[in-house]
Order: sequence, then C-alpha cells, then structure tokens
Amino acid sequence: MSETSTTPPMTAIGISAAPARRDIGLGRRYAAERRFRLYGMAAIGFGLLFLFLLLFSVVSKGYTAFQQSMITIPVEFSEQVLDRNNERAANPQKLMTANYPIIARDALARQLGVTEGDRATLREISGMISDSVRAQLRDIVVADPSVIGTTRDVTFLAHGNLDSAFKGQIDLSVDEKNRKVSDRQVGWMNQLAESGVLAKHFNTGLFTNGASSRPEAAGVGVALIGSLYMMLIVLVLSLPIGVAASIYLEEFAPKNRLTDLIEVNINNLAAVPSIVYGLLGLAVFINFAGLPRSAAIVGGLVLTLMTLPTIIIATRAALKAVPPSIRSAALGLGASKMQTVFHHVLPLAMPGILTGTIIGLAHALGETAPLLLIGMVAFVADVPGTPLDPATALPVQIYMWANEAERAFVERTSGAIIVLLIFLILMNVGAILLRRRFERRW
Amino acid sequence: MNIMSETAAEKVLEKKMNEISYKMIGEAVSVYYGDKRALYDVGLKVRENTVTALIGPSGCGKSTFLRTLNRMNDTIEGCRVTGRIVLDGDDIYDPSIDVVELRARVGMVFQKPNPFPKSIYENVSYGPRIHGLARTKADMDAVVETSLQRAGLWNEVKDRLHESGTGLSGGQQQRLCIARAVAVSPEVILMDEPCSALDPIATAKIEELIHELRANFTIVIVTHSMQQAARVSQRTAMFHLGNLVEENDTDKMFTNPDDQRTQDYIMGRFG
Repeated sequence: MSETSTTPPMTAIGISAAPARRDIGLGRRYAAERRFRLYGMAAIGFGLLFLFLLLFSVVSKGYTAFQQSMITIPVEFSEQVLDRNNERAANPQKLMTANYPIIARDALARQLGVTEGDRATLREISGMISDSVRAQLRDIVVADPSVIGTTRDVTFLAHGNLDSAFKGQIDLSVDEKNRKVSDRQVGWMNQLAESGVLAKHFNTGLFTNGASSRPEAAGVGVALIGSLYMMLIVLVLSLPIGVAASIYLEEFAPKNRLTDLIEVNINNLAAVPSIVYGLLGLAVFINFAGLPRSAAIVGGLVLTLMTLPTIIIATRAALKAVPPSIRSAALGLGASKMQTVFHHVLPLAMPGILTGTIIGLAHALGETAPLLLIGMVAFVADVPGTPLDPATALPVQIYMWANEAERAFVERTSGAIIVLLIFLILMNVGAILLRRRFERRW
Repeated sequence: MNIMSETAAEKVLEKKMNEISYKMIGEAVSVYYGDKRALYDVGLKVRENTVTALIGPSGCGKSTFLRTLNRMNDTIEGCRVTGRIVLDGDDIYDPSIDVVELRARVGMVFQKPNPFPKSIYENVSYGPRIHGLARTKADMDAVVETSLQRAGLWNEVKDRLHESGTGLSGGQQQRLCIARAVAVSPEVILMDEPCSALDPIATAKIEELIHELRANFTIVIVTHSMQQAARVSQRTAMFHLGNLVEENDTDKMFTNPDDQRTQDYIMGRFG
C-alpha cells in the first residue's frame, strides 16, 4: 500500500491515534477476485459465442426451408391425355395410372409460350415441376372425375432444383453443365416470377409431409407424430415409475447395502451411453417381446428406460431438499408415513420433480442413437396412425436429411433443427413456468 | 372437545394433585444411537395435568428422553430403545400399540416453529382431518377456532385463516404449532425447547399459554432456561450425561436440591 497515514493534528483529549495500518493482503485478495471474475466472464463469453454461432448458422441456413416455391397456372385436364378411349367408367384403374405429369408440363409450356418443342425442351420444362404433381393431380381427378375436359387453376410445387435456384442458393456463374439448372430454365424461371406465376409460399408441407426422395415434397410430419407418440409414452411411463421408485428409495427403503447398491447403479445407468439402451431395446422389445420394428412404441419404451435414471435422481434430490421439520411435524401429529409423504413432502418436492421430468423428456426428444438401432431410421412416407405403425423421430429425420446430397435438403436439415430447437425451448419454458407455479416457500 | 368450566377444571386439578396420578411412567429407559448409548436406565414418572420440565446441559439426553415418549425416535436410523414406557398402563413400545394412535394421544411441539406451508386453517385442521375427529365443515370450524383460542392465537388470525401459516411471525408460528397439536385433543403434549427460537415477548406468551394448557393436558417440556423451568413447571427433572440426576418439585429443585450436581448446574457452575 502506498498510502502513508498522515495523522491529523490531535487535540489533547479524546480521539486516540489510529494505529499504523497492517498489511493484511487486501490488494492481493481483490486482485484474485478480479481475476476470478474475468475468468468467469471469459467462460460465459466463450459459451455465448458458440451458442450464437450455432443459432446463426442454423437459422441462416434453415429459414428458407419455411418457404416453398410454387407454380400457379391453369391446367387443362385434357381427356385426350388422361383417358383417350373413354374407358374410365369401366376401368377405375385407368384414372390411377393416367399420365398426369404430361398435362402439368403442357400447361407450363403453354404458360411459357413454348408452343412446340423438341424432346429436350420438353424435358427441361418437366424438370421445373416437382414429381409430386402426379399424385396431386391424380387426387383432384379421382375425387371429382368431372374435371376431365375442363381447365382450372392449380398450385403445385416447383422442382427442388428450381426452388433452390429461385431462392438464390445455386451459383449461376458455374458452367452450365456443372449445375442442376440450365440457363434456359433460369430464363423461364425469371419470366414466371415476373408474371407472378412462380412465387414463394409458406411451406405447410414441411410440417405435414412424410419422407420423400424429392426434397420439395419432404417434411417432418411423420417425425413430429413419431416424436409426439414417444414423448407421450415416455411421460406416461417414466413419471409414475420414476417417482414411485424415488419415493420408495428415499422415504421407505431401509438404509442398507442393497439400497446403496441400487443407488450406485441408478447413478451409473444415468451415465450409460444411449446407444446401449438401443441395443437393449432391440434385444428385449423387438427380438424377445416381438414388438414391431421402427415403431414409436419401441422408441418410447427405450427412451423411457433412458429417462428413468434422470427422473429418479432429480426426484430423490427434490425429496431430500424438503426440510425434515415438515416430516417431523406431520409424524408428530400422528400422520402415517404414507400420509406424511403424500400430503406434505411430495407437494413440496413437486417443482423439482417436474423440472427433472421435463429435462429428462427434452433429453429424450433430442436422442438419436438408440432409435437408429431399433429401426426408426426408416423411409416412412405415411403418417403413423398408432404408436405401433412405423415412424421416425425429429432428430433421426435430421440425421437422414443431413446425409442427402441435394441442395434443397441442406436447408430442410437446418429447418428441422429449428423445429426441434423450438420444441426444446417450449419444453424448457414449460418447466420454468411449472416450477414457478408450484414453488412455495417454507 | 369438552371444555370444562373453570371451577370444574380446578376441582379436577385439585383432586389430581391430591391423589398424584401418573400419566406416563418411564422405567429403566435406555436409548442407543447405533453403538453409542445416550440414556442410562432413566426412571421418570410424569404426573397428570402437571408441567414437568426437563433440564440439563446440552447433550445430556433430555430431548432424547422426550422423544421416546411418543416414539419420535423411531424415525431416527439406528436408534434403539430398551426399558418400559407406560402411558395409562399400556407399554407404548409394545408391538400391539400403533404408533400413529400413540402420537394422536401424545402430541409434540418442536424447537423450531414448523408450520406446514399451507393456510393457517389447514395447519390446524390437518390433524383432526386425518384422524377423522370432525365430521362436518361446521365441526371442523369449531375445532379450529377452539384450538386457536386455546393457543391464544385466535384474535390475531381470525380474519386471515386462509393465509399461509408461514407468513406469521416466529412466536405466532410457534403458537400455531401448539394449536395444531392441541387440535388433535392429545392427552400429553411434549415440547422440545419451544421458546429457544423466540424473543422474550413471544416467550412470555408461550409460557402463559403453557400455564393455561395445564388444566387439560399433561405437559413435558425440555428447556435450556432455568428461569423458564422455574416459571412454568411444577416438577423438574435434571439430566446429566444420559442419567437422570434428580426429579423433584420445582420449588424444592431451585431452592434446596438433593443432588450437588443439580445445585451446581442451577448455580451456573457447569453446563
């Protein structure tokens, strides 16, 4: 310390002289504290930086997935093409197998003013339309065969490559041979965009469609339903089982070697790699119990096993945190052990239990590895009606899309990640709200 | 709950005092925590409608003895009790005695006020409700009101019965705990240093309350305060190192004790 004590002039009586200040290392202590704060801030800054990078990269790549390029043109449902010999009354199969892409191609060609073209030109025009148009037009005709011979406006998906080009994701300076869209297609694209025929719409298909090899028609619908089924199964099974196990272990079980062993093992189970649970599920639920492969019920059961230790540990911690004085008070009044637990201890532990459960569920929602082993990494195009039907899960869908080559799958991968993150955020907000709701002071 | 008129209560008291009837009798009570022995063959008779104070230095076993009286020691891992404790002729450690019923007959008030984090009303009504003592809502209201009145808390809380019990002051919380114990209509109330967390004014109120409760209940109180023991009790038992040193009328205990150790402790020479 550089300060020298300048003693003020003293009067004869009264104030005693201040003793010389001792060096008790204040400077060092404060410096240490400042250093520690800096480390802390640096650590937090590091974490925030990477969180920001993650969000930025996902959102910047993924936000376009929520828009989809669509073409709206008048389509002539030509009897000539669809049912030349007028045999649809006799043979219902006729309308199922008719060549629908041709009428869409012809409609687009008419729109572009290409009245007659060679095969190559027509193929390029076809290449601007999603193959999903076949099913779309077929559904229109099968639902109402009277449209045949008429013309009506139809909105259908642009091809994935055109969609990417329209969103500016394809580098047009590259040599024409090395990219997926030709110069002529780009010209037509601009022409259609100017006339308002080609426009971006909100991509509802992303949330409703199942798997598809055509990126423009692929969606997370099946994965969402699959994840929903699994979350419900996990919640319904792991919450009661986990809470019952914790209450027994914490409040009723005798404290002996066996309970110690069980406790150690539960803690170990929480640290077991999730892929091991996948193997267990494969062996027990599919091979032994004979449940169907790829089904949400097996996924739910596996994730239940995986979530149980988390819930048990959180619940036991919450029960331990209830002050013993509350137990004594209830027991002293003559409440039975069970009444003490259910009337007093459990309500006070509820916020902790719910937080633990939701964190466990969020963990399960993001889990991929065990689902790969039980066959949930599958091409499922139909929305599963029950948990016994084949389904995928959100993280698995992300994994599958990340393996696809097309440019349009890149944005869908990030889009699906955004959907998953939104669900996780919602669950965590739910956990906080529930905790606030149940929290009581004592 | 039958509230006796004052004169009747006095008569009963007088009769009890003359006859000396014992509510609880401990014979050769020893308590072990694992291998450690905490009480050595304690024999103590608790008189009916009397306040018995248990005094002694910290760790002397007085709280341990108190807790054997309603088997609260059962909840402590590794705790073992030998000897006999009799309540109205029944050994309370006999397997035929149900501990839940015992605790409904022998209530307890703890050192730290521990109201449930629920409303004042629910705090008091909890005991009667689980024991089925009040059939209707009106019955329950009456039990709650009587209990709060007995605990001297009614006037302070009658307008906010449905507010949280934890929002009261420390002294009020402790009286709420007493009301909660009283609501079950026990025969004996055990108090484990009920005033140690309270200020002198709250302490005075509780002591006054103990005086009044004596008419209807047998009270055993553990206290660290010699003055409190002298003020509230009629009988005093002195514990030291797990042994019962002396048990006597409070007046005699504080003026002319039989045992030298009691004399020393009361004079402040150890403890």
